[in-house]
Amino acid sequence: MNAKTADKIATGVIYAISGIVALILISMLAFILIRGVPHLSWHFLTSPARAFEAGGGIGIQLFNSFYLLILAMLISFPIALGAAIYLNEYAKKGRFTSIVRTAIEILSSLPSVVVGLFGFLIFVVQFGFGFSILSGAIALTIFNLPLLTRSIETSLAQIPNLQREAGSALGLSRWETVIHVILPAAVPSIVTGVVLSAGRVFGEAAALIYTAGQSAPALNFADWNPFNISSPLNPMRPAETLAVHIWKINSEGIMPDLNAVSAGASAVLIIVVLLFNFSARKIGAKLYKKLTSA
Amino acid sequence: MVNNSDLKPVSEFITEDKPERYIHDMSTDKHEIAISTKDLQVYYGDNLALSEGDLAFERYKITSLIGASGSGKSTFLRSLNRMNDSVATVKGNIMYRGLDINKKAIDVYEMRRHIGMVFQRPNPFAKSIYNNITFALTQRGHYTKQELDEIVETSLKQAALWDQVKDELNKSALSLSGGQAQRLVIARALALKPDILLLDEPSSALDPISSAQVEDTLLELKNQYTIIIVTHNMQQAARISDYTAFFHMGKVIEYDLTRKIFTRPKVALTNDYISGNFG
Ligand SMILES: Nc1ncnc2c1ncn2[C@@H]1O[C@H](COP(=O)(O)OP(=O)(O)OP(=O)(O)O)[C@@H](O)[C@H]1O
Ligand SMILES: [Mg+2]
Repeated sequence: MNAKTADKIATGVIYAISGIVALILISMLAFILIRGVPHLSWHFLTSPARAFEAGGGIGIQLFNSFYLLILAMLISFPIALGAAIYLNEYAKKGRFTSIVRTAIEILSSLPSVVVGLFGFLIFVVQFGFGFSILSGAIALTIFNLPLLTRSIETSLAQIPNLQREAGSALGLSRWETVIHVILPAAVPSIVTGVVLSAGRVFGEAAALIYTAGQSAPALNFADWNPFNISSPLNPMRPAETLAVHIWKINSEGIMPDLNAVSAGASAVLIIVVLLFNFSARKIGAKLYKKLTSA
Repeated sequence: MVNNSDLKPVSEFITEDKPERYIHDMSTDKHEIAISTKDLQVYYGDNLALSEGDLAFERYKITSLIGASGSGKSTFLRSLNRMNDSVATVKGNIMYRGLDINKKAIDVYEMRRHIGMVFQRPNPFAKSIYNNITFALTQRGHYTKQELDEIVETSLKQAALWDQVKDELNKSALSLSGGQAQRLVIARALALKPDILLLDEPSSALDPISSAQVEDTLLELKNQYTIIIVTHNMQQAARISDYTAFFHMGKVIEYDLTRKIFTRPKVALTNDYISGNFG
């Protein structure tokens, strides 16, 4: 067999494998969407779930998912940014750095159900936060932190060293260079990473089952005082999210339209996650274009 | 049979005719010295990359540093404004305005505003052309919009870029061509009104036309700045510089007026190098 044929065969095999992967993904998405989309309606998206009768929606779960996502991002982004800046711009090779890196590595490989159990034992029980938005947001932060840190670190590492040299040759301190030169240049790729991780967080269920809880008490969307128990903003209320809801109704749901609700909720979940993924690259590309042309 | 005792020792013989080193003495002809080094030694870890780098650079002149790859030109140049601090140990004195700027107590950030640097690859910031120039200024001092406008215009004119970009100062600097970007970077360094400009192969990544433009820019700047430039391009060194230092294996082998180096070098090694016999 000569080199040319070998190359042809190898190329063919690689194409076939990529094709199969794409096919699996597309048919899975198609299956979920075809099953779920017909059940979607404004009513379904906005009304509360019903436990025993048909006609319930996912309004509260949807709100909870976004609320938790925003809180988790608000907590994890600054920490991840700080850690990434430290690791990429300041850390010298040494014991402390390698301990930090190992910790991040281990954290990122922990199964999310373990993170959830840890959150349950520490925050729900020990600290007495109960099944709450707060416990859930902390669990999501632990789940999100290592991957987000790595993603931001990679974004920073992509900025060539020439930029750092340019900064110090102009008499800027390292901190000034990082904040005003490196970070702005890395923004497009950081944003892409953040939005992608948002998609991952949005779809997370296992870390939330024992932290944010499996119930979605009725909310009064006219009451925005976070100290009132029925306020959507109250961080101490239990908050079943969309992903947890899907798991819940499939394992112990008893409403008559169980299948329809499950299919509709799954479709919504997938659509939101897809939106995050597509917009991540779009926004990143747009920001980059703005940076290089405007 | 020749009587051995009549001959001079071989070493003395060589020194007389062809020295192993020749450093032009700058103290004799009343040169005004902008910056000088004494007993400079640079170590990367245990590896001594530069030794015997004693040079004095005349004010408002262009000095070229030439030599084969790895001979220590960049190492020397980057020591002058202490860009090597984080990677190397630099011993010896670097005298600038009567001050040894290789001392720990020196505020390197302030010092680098007097001794600017331009690198081989153009490295504009991901900011507008205007902000590239004003950014380092506004980080330290307060300027009115009008003052900044003036500085931007002057430094872009000095770098021979003004005519090409004056209508699009708010465009991202990343959209410039390589040659334009390199001149922007020079303008950015000039905006800080440095005394000395260090350039490490500033035109080697550029096409011949852009490269010629950068050369012209440097010749223009000579009236107001002391320029030290590393170059691999022998013609460039001969064209633009007043003095030339030849580096070889971490040592300055010969330092003299450029025309002397290129017409009648005193050291055999220099002759070999400029006539292309090695490196
Ligand atoms: N950051 C560094 N760490 C360790 N060794 C280095 C470093 N930079 C340079 N060196 C070593 O120091 C010596 C001199 O290098 P230098 O970069 O000063 O040479 P140069 O004359 O500028 O070469 P070139 O013409 O290729 O740019 C070389 O042996 C090089 O390997
Ligand atoms: Mg070099």
